[in-house]
Amino acid sequence: MTATEHRPAANLEQARADRVTPVWKGRRHILDLDDWSPGEIAQVMDTALTMKSILARPIKKTPTLRGKTIVTAFYESSTRTRISFEVAAKYLGADAVNMTASASSVSKGESLLDTVRTLQAIGADIVVMRHPQSGAPWVVSERVNSSIVNGGDGWHAHPTQALLDLFTIRERLGRVAGLKVTILGDVLHSRVARSDIWGLSLLGADVTVCGPPTLLPRDWVTDPGGLPWKLRVEERIEPALEGADVVMALRLQRERMHAGLIPSIREYCRLYALNADRLKLAKTDALVMHPGPMNEGVEISPDVAHGAQSVIEEQVTNGVAIRMALLYLLSGGTARPDGE
Amino acid sequence: MATERTRLIGGRLIDPSQGIDDLADVVIGSGRVLEIVRGTERSRRTAVASGERMVDVTGMVIAPGFVDLHCHLREPGFEDKETIATGTRAAAAGGFTTVCAMPNTSPTIDTASDVEWVISAARRGGVVRVHPIGTITRGEKGQELSEMADMAQAGAVAFSDDGNMVKSARLMRNALAYSRVTGRPIVDHAEDPDLVDGGVMHDGRVASILGLRGSPAEAEEVAVARDIALARATGGKLHIAHASTAAAVDLIRQGKARGISVTAEVTPHHLVLTDEWIAGTSAGHPPFNTNCRVNPPLRTDADRMALIAGLLDGTIDCIATDHAPHTVVDKDCEFDQAAPGLSMLETAFGLLMRLVDGEHLSLATLIKVLTINPAQVFGLDAGTLRVGANADLVVIDPGAEWTVDVRKFQSKGKNSPLHGERFRGLVRTTMVGGEVVHEVPQ
Ligand SMILES: [Zn+2]
Repeated sequence: MTATEHRPAANLEQARADRVTPVWKGRRHILDLDDWSPGEIAQVMDTALTMKSILARPIKKTPTLRGKTIVTAFYESSTRTRISFEVAAKYLGADAVNMTASASSVSKGESLLDTVRTLQAIGADIVVMRHPQSGAPWVVSERVNSSIVNGGDGWHAHPTQALLDLFTIRERLGRVAGLKVTILGDVLHSRVARSDIWGLSLLGADVTVCGPPTLLPRDWVTDPGGLPWKLRVEERIEPALEGADVVMALRLQRERMHAGLIPSIREYCRLYALNADRLKLAKTDALVMHPGPMNEGVEISPDVAHGAQSVIEEQVTNGVAIRMALLYLLSGGTARPDGE
Repeated sequence: MATERTRLIGGRLIDPSQGIDDLADVVIGSGRVLEIVRGTERSRRTAVASGERMVDVTGMVIAPGFVDLHCHLREPGFEDKETIATGTRAAAAGGFTTVCAMPNTSPTIDTASDVEWVISAARRGGVVRVHPIGTITRGEKGQELSEMADMAQAGAVAFSDDGNMVKSARLMRNALAYSRVTGRPIVDHAEDPDLVDGGVMHDGRVASILGLRGSPAEAEEVAVARDIALARATGGKLHIAHASTAAAVDLIRQGKARGISVTAEVTPHHLVLTDEWIAGTSAGHPPFNTNCRVNPPLRTDADRMALIAGLLDGTIDCIATDHAPHTVVDKDCEFDQAAPGLSMLETAFGLLMRLVDGEHLSLATLIKVLTINPAQVFGLDAGTLRVGANADLVVIDPGAEWTVDVRKFQSKGKNSPLHGERFRGLVRTTMVGGEVVHEVPQ
């Protein structure tokens, strides 16, 4: 990609102005949602709706992407995301190849540039990359002919997760604009939170983030006006939940305790876990979401995770549909997606 | 034998060490400044009459050669990044005639013989004057003091564990006390590593959006506060390297007001660039630009304005480049993995001219903080064109426009985020001891 292809929208207003032309821009990479328009997101969601109908069939395979090679290059283990992409590729008839790179071999660019060379050599059409360091997919995208899909980079972005979250919300509640969405937990280290905030804001939702002060980016607390999105930031969970249409709990990594960011898991639970009592503060039918994998009994109580309001399993199914849609659109999207 | 004399005529001489900003001839010979003649109407005739070589610099600015208190020449040990030969050619191209080389080489410069080695290597391969800086602690390990008096005698002009903070407050206190023996300043890389905690850019809005680990401003503030307290307690000489935060500027200002011996430098990049450059939204660069990774990190616009204010009111004494060349491999990787530092010697003046064009400082002030001020901080015989001084000078074309092209850098370090930037203000000629060491033909 050229240096100018990926350019985050200078502000939300400008990005929203793009909504008059709701067309897939024929972009080559899916790196982040920060330069997307609402129309483009809507188009991916509409395509995913068609894909979801394929998922409902007894025989799910279509020949749409026959002959295409899709590589999953994961520098950080994430069985869920990797399998979701591989299944999506297979349902569309593409060849899916898994390239696992051990995190221990990651040293000063060597491993990443090796990957680039390998990918060039095997002629991958689409590469799905997961990397522990923010920005790594950008480094690769500037050096390969393949399309790069960011399957999660560092604390930075996870655009396909955000798209599946938006899709799930729209499917259940009929819209995204005007909804109150609360994101709970370790926002500081969450790429899911960042991409969700971009997506939700682009589509006009009111976003609240909530977590202990040590797990929130501190400038979001001290100077939320300087951010590219309109965010409400709460350090206490009760006001954050009040009147919410959607509540998303984020995974809490145990390392945060050892890094001195929280005193103990027990205390975190007591102050920030999403449990049935707290969920009552939100709207009666508020959706409960989680990007998975969950620590049940830590950031979310089991009864809430599997309760009537939970759409967490649905998120997983929708993830496949969204990824099918993205692979299809990235491949040119000329043939009918159902192969007929 | 008659001394050959050269007369630079028709230029505007800006020499803050003598309070000169005027049309003047500069006459040089035997490597020194022989004469300054203010007002130039009759100079051509004088030159012809006395058989001097005449160099017409009409429309140009003549200034003392720039003095850089902080650069990394990488030799010995990291010759793939830079050598004394390439680094000093880069210095010459940037208008610097005197540079001080940081000791974090391999081996580190921590004995008198290491210092002597740098001096002799610079004599062999360098084109500008090179002054070694020795380490504060042996091997920059922060455990035992280096033999600073020996090194000072061998020619070390200051001491620094640059790249690392001296973590032990006790050892830093002893180093500052000892600076009363050497008379040489302790140069402070003020960055508390506990608070940096693996941070790779300024901890602020941009880092929080890009999801990069932040290095907070208070990492610098805490260190500067500690070391100013230790300088007060010991009466030692403290020099704050690459000040980058508004809070550090305030602390230095208070320290000076209380009569504590503290001086400070700021880099061109901290004066002009901000952390926004890493997001790539400014200047059309891609995001996660590793060439913007530097220690201390690029800060916010508020910090930048405080640094400019500090420079204007004398809180910050001078500008130093912190020229930190790296190979392509060091930068062609993930942001977190990239080596911190940027190649600055060749772009410093052009970049700083943006402050002049933005009317933040006058050209005369800019020249002052690049010449006599840094020379005084380290007590160097440089930064002036008074009669009898070394004929180390630059001829600047203040109106010339040029575009940064890292491929044309003399430095081995092509790691500059400024590639493709358009600058106004060009160093045309650099002379060291009256010899031309760099020249851009008109
Ligand atoms: Zn330093």
